[in-house]
Amino acid sequence: MTPPALATVALTCGFGNHTVLHDVSLAVAAHRITALIGPSGCGKSTLLRCFNRMNDHLHGFFHRGQVLVEGRNVYDPTWPVEALRFTVGMVFQKPNPFPLSIRENVLFGPRLAGVTQADALEERVVRSLQQAHLWDEVKDRLHASAFDLSGGQQQRLCIARAMASEPDILLLDEPASALDPIATAKLEETIVALSEAVTVLLVTHNLQQAARVAHRTVFLYLGRVVEEGETVRLFEAPQEKLTEEYVTGRFG
Amino acid sequence: MTGLRHWLKEGAAQRWLAGAALLAALALVVGLVVVVVTVSAGFFWPRPVLELQLRDGSVVLGEEWGREDDPTEAGSQRVRMKVGNRDVLGLDFRWVREAEVAARRTPAAAWLLERREYGNFYGFPQALRSPTGSVAVTDPSFQVHLDHALAETRRLVQEEEALLRRASRLHEPVARLRLRVAAAERAGRDAAALQAELEAATRREQTAAAPLLAELAELRGRAAAFSLLMRTADGSERELAVSSLLRVVPANRMTTGAKLALYLSRWVEFVSGEPRESNTEGGIFPAIFGTALMVLLMTLVVVPFGVVTALYLNEYAGENAFTNAVRLALANLAGVPSIVFGAFGLAFFVYTVGGGVDRLFFSDTLPTPTFGTGGILWAALTLALLTVPVVVVATEEGLQSVPQAVRDGARALGATRWQTVRRVVLPYATPGILTGTILAVARAAGEVAPLMLTGVVKLAPALAVDTTPPFLHLERKFMHLGFHIYDVGFQSPNIEAAKPSVYATVLVLLGLVVVLNLAAITLRNRLRRRLRSSAV
Repeated sequence: MTPPALATVALTCGFGNHTVLHDVSLAVAAHRITALIGPSGCGKSTLLRCFNRMNDHLHGFFHRGQVLVEGRNVYDPTWPVEALRFTVGMVFQKPNPFPLSIRENVLFGPRLAGVTQADALEERVVRSLQQAHLWDEVKDRLHASAFDLSGGQQQRLCIARAMASEPDILLLDEPASALDPIATAKLEETIVALSEAVTVLLVTHNLQQAARVAHRTVFLYLGRVVEEGETVRLFEAPQEKLTEEYVTGRFG
Repeated sequence: MTGLRHWLKEGAAQRWLAGAALLAALALVVGLVVVVVTVSAGFFWPRPVLELQLRDGSVVLGEEWGREDDPTEAGSQRVRMKVGNRDVLGLDFRWVREAEVAARRTPAAAWLLERREYGNFYGFPQALRSPTGSVAVTDPSFQVHLDHALAETRRLVQEEEALLRRASRLHEPVARLRLRVAAAERAGRDAAALQAELEAATRREQTAAAPLLAELAELRGRAAAFSLLMRTADGSERELAVSSLLRVVPANRMTTGAKLALYLSRWVEFVSGEPRESNTEGGIFPAIFGTALMVLLMTLVVVPFGVVTALYLNEYAGENAFTNAVRLALANLAGVPSIVFGAFGLAFFVYTVGGGVDRLFFSDTLPTPTFGTGGILWAALTLALLTVPVVVVATEEGLQSVPQAVRDGARALGATRWQTVRRVVLPYATPGILTGTILAVARAAGEVAPLMLTGVVKLAPALAVDTTPPFLHLERKFMHLGFHIYDVGFQSPNIEAAKPSVYATVLVLLGLVVVLNLAAITLRNRLRRRLRSSAV
C-alpha cells in the first residue's frame, strides 16, 4: 500500500508559549484536492506550512509528533529542506512574483535545481504556464516584467513557478483571497485541472470555494481536526454539530 | 486676542515660519547657482580692447574687468583694467581713476594675443617676420601669412614635444640602473658590475640622444624664425615669437559669430586643456580627470564594502547588542569631521599600508617612497571610509523594503538563504543601493580636506592613467576640482587673473555633481517604477 501524499501523526506545534495545533493526525490522499477549512486563527495555515517546513523560519516555532511527506519524515536529516521544497511546492495568499521577467520567474526553481539545457528550460516554461492556464495570455511577452501582469495573472504565474520545479504536492494558502470574483473563478478552474498532475492541499476560508473545488475537506477548529470526509458528504451531512454550525454559517 | 490665539492654535504661524525658512533656503541655493553661472559664463566672452587716454598723456590699453567707487574721490569711479603684458609691465591689472581719463576709444587695430606664457598681450600688430621675409600689417596678404605662420609653428611645437617625450623615454633605463646602484651601495653589496652597466647605459643614451638633440635645436630654430612685431600702448615695439601664441584675437573687429566661436573654443580649452601659468590659465582637464577617477575608484571600493556590511546586518545578524553597536558606530562615523578621516588615511593608508607595500615591493627606490606617500588610491580609500555609512544606511533601507512575501516565495521554492539574497533580495534592493551610491558620490566629489593629506596636489606631473605600463598608476598624486578651487582662488599670487578659472571650476564641479546625481536618480527611478507595480 502506498503511503498517503501528506500525513501528520500526533502533531502538536506552536510558537513560543502558544500552542497552535493539538495532536493533529491527518492523511491526505495523492492526486486529489483536499481543502482545509475553519475559522480564522484555527491553525489552517500553520498546518499547511508544516509540510514544507516554512514555519521553521518563524520565531519560536516548536513541534512534537511527525510530519510525513510521501511517507518520509520532513525532518529527516538526510533530506535537506531545499530538496523537500522541490517536492512540496507552495503558493501564498498574495501574489509574490519576483522582480524578474515572466520567463525567469517560472525558471527560478529549475535554475535552483541546476537545470541548464536550453531545450529543457524552454519545455518547462511552456508546460508550467500551460498547467497554470496562463500560456495563452503571456506567450508573446515572456520577457516582460512579471509586475506588468494583473493580480489574477500574477497568482497563476506563482502557480506556474511552483509547478516548474515539478513537485508532487502543491500547497495553496488561501490563493484567491486577494483576487476579484472573475480571477477567482479562473484560478479555481486551474486548481481543478492541476489535480491531474499533483496532490493539492488548499487552505481556504471561503466555504463555497471548498465546495466547488475540493474532493475532500478537513474542518479544523481551535487547532484540532473536528471532522474530515468527502466534500459533498461533509457539507450536506456533517456528523459533528460544530461542523454543521460552521458550514451553515452560524459562526466563523 | 481670540483671533490671535486661534491663529496660533491652528498652526498657521508655524506654517508660515516653515514656509519662510524653506523659501530662504531655496533663495540661497538659487542665488548661489545664479551667481556662479552668470559670473563664470561671462568670463570667457570676448570683451572689447579699450584704449584710455589719460590726462597725464599716458595711454592704457586693455580690457575693463570691473569698476567701483573711487575711494580717493567721492562721486567718482575707478576702473579695473586688465592690461596684460606681464613681461613688460609686471602686473596684469591696474586701477584707472575715471577722473584721470581724458578719452576712451576702442581702436579697430588693437589685438589681444593669448600666449603660452606671461598671460595676455594687448597691442597693435606691425609686421610678421618669417623665413621668407617680412610682411607689414598693411599688406593685404598679412592675414594669410599669419595663419600660415601660426599653423606652421603649432606643428613645430608638437614635433618638439614628441621629441622630448622620446628623449625622456631614452633616459628611463639609466634612471632605473641608477636606483639599483644606489640600493646596492646602501646595502653594502659590491656595485662595481652595476656601475659598469650604468656607465654603458649612459653612453648608449648619449649616443641615441645626440641626433634627437640636434633635431630639437633645428626645430626650435625653425620655429624662432617666425615672429610678430607688436606696438604696445606706450608706443614701444616688441617682437613676439609666433610659437608662443595660442590665439590671435582682433577683439574690436569681431562679428558676433566670431565672438561665439572664440567663447566656445575658450570653454573647450578650459575643459580639455592642461593648466598653465601656475594654474591661473589654461584648462583644468587633469583636475576633472583626477576627480572622476578618484570618485570611480572610491565607488568601486565603497559599494561592495557597504552592501556586504548592510547584508550582514540586515539578513544574517539578528537584532542584538552587537548589531546595535555597529549601527550606532556607523551613524557616528557619518558625523566625524572629514579632516579626521584625512589624518587617519595619512597615518593608516599612506604611512602604514603604503610604507609596508614599499618595503615589500619597492625597496629599490627607498628612501624615495612609491606608495608610502599620498596617492590617488589612498585618497579614494580614505573617501570610501568616509562614505561607507551612507551606503550602509541606504542599502539597509533598501533591504528592509523587500517584502517578506517575496523572500518566503523564494525560500518555498527551495532557495537557500544566500540564493534568496542574491537572486531576489538584492535586485529588489537595487534602488536603495543606488541611492546610497548617489549620496556617496556626491559627498566624495565635493570633499577636499581629507584629500589634502592623502594625495592631492596643485599640479600633477602626469595623469594616473597613461600609455606606459601598467597604464593605471594608483600611486600617483592627482589634481582635484575642489582643491583646484581652493588653490587657485586663495593660494595664487595672481588672484585677479585666476578669477575666471576659479568661477569656471566651481561651475564645472557643480555641473559634475549635478550630472552624476541626475544620472543615478534617473536610473533609480526607472528601477523603482518597475518594482512598484508589484503591489496588488
